[in-house]
Amino acid sequence: MHEVTYLRPKNLAEAVRLYRTTPACRPLAGGTDLMVMLHARVIRPAPTAVLDLWSLAELKGVRRQGDMLEIGAAEPYTGIIRSAEAQRSVPALVAAARTIGAAQIQNRGTLGGNLANASPAGDTLPVLLAYDAVVVTDRRSIPIDQFFTGYRKTALQPDELITAVRFPLDRQVAFRKVGTRAAQAISKVVMAVSRAPARIAIGSVAEVPLRAVRAEGALARRDDAGAVSAVGEDVRPIDDVRSTAAYRRAVTQNVLHELLHALPRS
Amino acid sequence: MRFTLNGRTATFEGSGARRLLDVLREDLGATGTKEGCGEGECGACSVIIDGEVVDSCLVAVGQVEGCNVTTVEGLADGGRLTALQQAFIDYGAAQCGICTPGMLLAAHVLLQHTAQPSADDVREGLAGNLCRCTGYTKIIDAVLACTK
Repeated sequence: MHEVTYLRPKNLAEAVRLYRTTPACRPLAGGTDLMVMLHARVIRPAPTAVLDLWSLAELKGVRRQGDMLEIGAAEPYTGIIRSAEAQRSVPALVAAARTIGAAQIQNRGTLGGNLANASPAGDTLPVLLAYDAVVVTDRRSIPIDQFFTGYRKTALQPDELITAVRFPLDRQVAFRKVGTRAAQAISKVVMAVSRAPARIAIGSVAEVPLRAVRAEGALARRDDAGAVSAVGEDVRPIDDVRSTAAYRRAVTQNVLHELLHALPRS
Repeated sequence: MRFTLNGRTATFEGSGARRLLDVLREDLGATGTKEGCGEGECGACSVIIDGEVVDSCLVAVGQVEGCNVTTVEGLADGGRLTALQQAFIDYGAAQCGICTPGMLLAAHVLLQHTAQPSADDVREGLAGNLCRCTGYTKIIDAVLACTK
């Protein structure tokens, strides 16, 4: 077996340099996706090195940054769940973090990993879309609505590292995940909704975490019923092992109805 | 690299990208930690790293450099079982035993964080640990017995 080289940079600057200069290198944070894929050898081309970002202090923490909340890319979900600042400022993100896996996964999974992995079923990703979060990298800020470019594809450059995610604090977001059971479930439908501005973001219903633009148009006109109707046309669900397209479409409409009910009209 | 395993210094030479699970079992002889799914779904390989329960199949061994790792071998004090381990025996909370080390470690952390957990707290605390034999009720009863 060809051994994968393990690189442990001491700080972000060293991580950035190593990532730029090491071929076939994968960033590693909590490992909840990458370690599984490495062990199963399903990554092509096969990585020859991993760059361990887990213990970099620059990528940890939950803090107010002016009128934004900033969360380090390698801060585990448990840190977000326990953060009084996150509970106050981004309760929908805390709610999403609590639905991810169980304690073992929440102790390791990170926003940076969820973003870089870019699964259409990533549970925090609709929340980030509903908040208009900003993905901060070693070189720039990327608005979340420009981040997902295709199935498991992102706007990141090949040598670009996610360092943090910033959330504006100007809205109320409601969140709901539907899975087979409360814990350890991969979403059949996962949704985050804001009324003002009108944001309806949904996971597991298309090849990317999706903004439902027709439904958002109706919501912006304060037409809740129109939004629930239109969202059925916004989604592009498939039949797979976890669910059927028809079920996902129906549940999407039901969950939107429920979340709009939960969100007060201003 | 070195880390603390059950209170003793453990050293390891080799790629830090290897799974902690494999190094524990194959290099360090700590075979109490079991491999179930290898995908972070079942919790059989749970260990405690710096006070938090994690799946050791998802951890690169390099990531525990300098950390405190506790496996099921580290729970008992010599031959004396913890109250939790004894409760698992008393309540018949183990059948085939593959999930038991992970259940014990997840429950151990739960009891450290929550002194008087409810049955729901126990279910949530053990939600990342699957058992295919006993059906959970006896496991939950055993954990709750340690809170009285």
